[in-house]
Amino acid sequence: MAGLLRRRSRRLLAGLARPYRWWLALAAVLILIRSAAFLSLPYLVGLGIDKGVRPGTTGNLSTLYLIVGALLLAIALNALANFAFLRVSGQIGANMLFDLRRTLFAHVQELSLSFYERYTSGRIISRLTSDIDALNELLSTGLNSVLTSTISVLAITVILLRLDVRLGMVTLVAMPIVVALTYWFRSNSGRAYRAVRRAIVLVIVHYVESLGGIRAVHAFRREPRNQEIFEDVDARYRDANIWSNRLVSTFGPAINLLGRLTTTSVLLYGGYLVIQGQLTLGILTAFVLYLRQFFDPMQELSQFYNVLQAAGAALEKLAGVIEEAPTVPESVTPIRLDSVKGAVAFEHVTFAYRDKPVLHDIDLNVPAGQIVALVGETGAGKTTMARLIARFYDPTIGRVTLDDVDLRDVAVEELRRAVVTVTQESFLFSGTVGENLLFGRPGATRDEMVEAAKAIGAHEFISAMPNGYDTDVRRRGVRLSSGQRQLVAFARAFLADPRVLILDEATSSLDLPSERLVQRALRTLLRGRTAVIIAHRLSTVEIADRVLVVDAGRVIEDGPPSELRVAEGRYGSLHRQWLESLA
Amino acid sequence: MVVVFAVSQVGSLVAAASIPKVIQHIVDGPITHRHLDQLLPMGALLVAVGLVEFIFVFLRRHYSGTASLHMETDLRNDFYAHLQGLQVSFHDNWQSGQLLSRAISDIATVRRFVSFALIWFLQTVVTFVVVVILMLQLDWQLALVVVGCMLPIAFFSHRFHEKYKFIARRMQDQQGDLTTIIEEMATGVRIIKAFGRMPLMQKRFEDQAGLLRGTSLHAINERAEIWTQLNFLPNLSLVSVLLLGGMSVVQGRLTIGGLVAFMSYVFMLTWPMDAIGWVLAMREEFQTASERLNEVLDSHPEIADRTHARTHERSRGRIEFRGVGFKYPKSNDWILRDLNLVVEPGETVGLVGRTGSGKTTLAYLVPRLYDVSEGSVLLDGIDVRDLQLRSLRSHIGVAFEDPILFSASVHENLVMGRAIVSDHELKRAIDVAQAGFVWDLPWGLETRVGEQGYTLSGGQRQRLALARAVLGTPPVLVLDDPLSAVDVHTEAAIEEALARALQGVTGLLVVHRPSTLALADRVALIDGGSIAAIGTHRELLRTNELYRALLSQEYREDREEALA
Repeated sequence: MAGLLRRRSRRLLAGLARPYRWWLALAAVLILIRSAAFLSLPYLVGLGIDKGVRPGTTGNLSTLYLIVGALLLAIALNALANFAFLRVSGQIGANMLFDLRRTLFAHVQELSLSFYERYTSGRIISRLTSDIDALNELLSTGLNSVLTSTISVLAITVILLRLDVRLGMVTLVAMPIVVALTYWFRSNSGRAYRAVRRAIVLVIVHYVESLGGIRAVHAFRREPRNQEIFEDVDARYRDANIWSNRLVSTFGPAINLLGRLTTTSVLLYGGYLVIQGQLTLGILTAFVLYLRQFFDPMQELSQFYNVLQAAGAALEKLAGVIEEAPTVPESVTPIRLDSVKGAVAFEHVTFAYRDKPVLHDIDLNVPAGQIVALVGETGAGKTTMARLIARFYDPTIGRVTLDDVDLRDVAVEELRRAVVTVTQESFLFSGTVGENLLFGRPGATRDEMVEAAKAIGAHEFISAMPNGYDTDVRRRGVRLSSGQRQLVAFARAFLADPRVLILDEATSSLDLPSERLVQRALRTLLRGRTAVIIAHRLSTVEIADRVLVVDAGRVIEDGPPSELRVAEGRYGSLHRQWLESLA
Repeated sequence: MVVVFAVSQVGSLVAAASIPKVIQHIVDGPITHRHLDQLLPMGALLVAVGLVEFIFVFLRRHYSGTASLHMETDLRNDFYAHLQGLQVSFHDNWQSGQLLSRAISDIATVRRFVSFALIWFLQTVVTFVVVVILMLQLDWQLALVVVGCMLPIAFFSHRFHEKYKFIARRMQDQQGDLTTIIEEMATGVRIIKAFGRMPLMQKRFEDQAGLLRGTSLHAINERAEIWTQLNFLPNLSLVSVLLLGGMSVVQGRLTIGGLVAFMSYVFMLTWPMDAIGWVLAMREEFQTASERLNEVLDSHPEIADRTHARTHERSRGRIEFRGVGFKYPKSNDWILRDLNLVVEPGETVGLVGRTGSGKTTLAYLVPRLYDVSEGSVLLDGIDVRDLQLRSLRSHIGVAFEDPILFSASVHENLVMGRAIVSDHELKRAIDVAQAGFVWDLPWGLETRVGEQGYTLSGGQRQRLALARAVLGTPPVLVLDDPLSAVDVHTEAAIEEALARALQGVTGLLVVHRPSTLALADRVALIDGGSIAAIGTHRELLRTNELYRALLSQEYREDREEALA
């Protein structure tokens, strides 16, 4: 199989197969038994005709009975080995598929946010669904056909040569043509299947995205345009498939035709030999029957080859994902933090995103327990600062520390327990409200969960729902208002009880009353915690101990809100504007 | 096309079936009778038959493949069109992974069945019939023996069908559930990472993938059983034929060549029997897939044009909610009940209420993203359900709280499904929404945004969504707090622009923050599913206890805080 797949795909496949090498060996043994039994059939039949029937004029049928008995044994063995093989190979395939899914899912989850921003969710979905499906066929049936066919072809080659070397040589003349045909097919179908993989991604991405935003699609009457785009990408997918189908439709019958030609040559040459008295009719008959069994597996190998090419294109994409390394890798020798106090510091931090400078040489010390608000215009770098603290990114230059330890040296699990971010996208997972809350701390008791909800002010509306905490939130919580979803997200964060809490525009979609509730809850719950708040509402900012005004990647004002708002700076003027809007 | 297909189908079968016959003639004729001169012409005949077979098989595969791929595409396009036509509440209730697995893998299953399985089945039946006829001609007694050996197939396949149909359904449903988890992981990855819950998601995924593996193993075992049975029966008939045929040869009722030909016919049945195994498994999968597709295709759009729906050329923008009640289907909890509200043309009404009071739902009733459960919503005195959807929605600009952007250019995100929009209109909308930043994007309005494009901040996305709503100056604007993620710096500017945009336009404004209230002429307080009070902000503040509780306290607290 070498050379059929690109190296990284081969490595992935080999890695998947390694744990099952003994099972694979067993499968190979079973298939050897099955093939031996199966291949003995024409031989026994030929023997039966030559020995059992030929001299039959005497009326002695005992040889025939003997051969029939052997045949019965052979087909029973064939059936048993076949059954066992199908189960074993099926099991190997299902397990390898499971392992691949698991590995891939785990790997993708480990990848950094910057990967997601580049790769997009639709692509990830299509990798984990459609590409794996393409491999499924290889794993579930490929093993069967490749093993059976290879063994058949090899064994029959030997049998043919042993039956009659002259006729066997005639058959082998066909081999170079098979190789040439295969080469032609391989180079073309590789391209065709890659086109198929590329096209299906477009279909899935458009499908997921447009149906995910169906509200906007309806409101702005975009259905016809969406349909147009969808039919366009769908047609590309279809045409790529038609292309590959045309190749398969040529390759398979061509191999078959080659078989017919070889059979004819054998018959002609063999017939000549029989007429010359150099060959028995029985051997020629057996030879012709074996030839059929030589080219049928060839056909099957060509089918397998087709499946392999299809899977190869998918495998390549998957191997590409596996090759992606997390840009914020976990430290090999993480430093243990015994109890996190929550002091956060930036030391000469410069950060560039896709070569675009975002933060310039930031120096910042946030003592444990301080509440810091980041204020600044869109694009000033507030969110980037927050993401650096949560280590969604690593700084380009300088370091970010937690309790004086570089974040890059902290074990990821520990960091995630210590630092939690709540963003404005109040994403809910399918399941119940309770399950969504417990996402913050899976081990929490029900009482703790309810306490958290009460502290945030979410308890009231949750208990008013049909099944309380056990209410199914439906798809991403569409049945909850955005304010309610945000409250759930909050309660989730509070249940997690981190030392450092980052609120990135997290209060923006709260309603008036709930925001007020949260403001109140925030004050109690932020107490004793380090907090970094990015908020557009000054009412939220005002509860901070310290305000940082960020502008173009630099901190331009720094101080307690009470001082800044009376000063003649950016914050002062903002604050005055805000007071006016309240009046 | 059908003719080509039928001809090539029959042609390839006839060619394939006649090859053993030609071989028999060669063996029985020239070889047995030592006619060397006849050997070559017979060989040429064999090659010719082989070539004919090649051409017909190619044509058959090519045409059937192409036709079934066209069918698959058409089916998927129809499925997508159907989904697009289904109301928002349908999408609310369905796991998107289940919809995706239907559109991709179920439809592909249907295609595979039609392209391979149906043809294989046809081919198997035809091969079987042809071979049996040929056998009957050769030796009817032996042929009956072969047929007799094949009879148990009916019993085995029935038993297989009974078991496999449940397995196939479970397998495909589990696949859909797995897709849902994958989709949630891919879209919710920020939350998962924020909490470091990768192990939890991994466990969920593995549990689900494990279930799927279990079902697959079950399916594999069932298939192994039927395939073995189907493989065994032709072999059994082979042995019987050798025994009985051998005896016939001995008795001189059959020539050796005849027996050889008979044997090769039996060998010809081996492959079709294997194929039957595939076909049986595929048929169950096909039936399950069509069942799953029909579950979606059978749900009719509840929000669609009525038969006599009419267009509405010019709207004055008068909105009336008359005795409106709303609840989700299959739910007994009324979200809205007996709600009456009139918004006069040019007026802007703010909707205020507790979290989850139904403000957003109420706003969605106007463009019919949801339909009322009782009562009616009227635009210019006409029930919105009597208007054509496209016509109705063309009068209403909507800005959602979550600014939904698609992977397309800024221009396309703004224009969406509208007819041609002039540059002037575009510029005005962008100005109103204070979305001037779009001019500075790398490719201006042609810059791709959305998930696959240029990354915009929350505030920028919201301003773009706002520009989209006001584009084309629709007479009615439904704004679900379009300012939540806009920073303080731009908020004042947008509010000012919005105030201008709302002039002369009917506005329904879902209010989340007090400053937005300044834009509303009147405020409706929603409580207990209906309008608890309505009036100007100051009136309500003065007269309504709940309203004061909702708003004034915040004012006071904010002030206290601000002035402290």
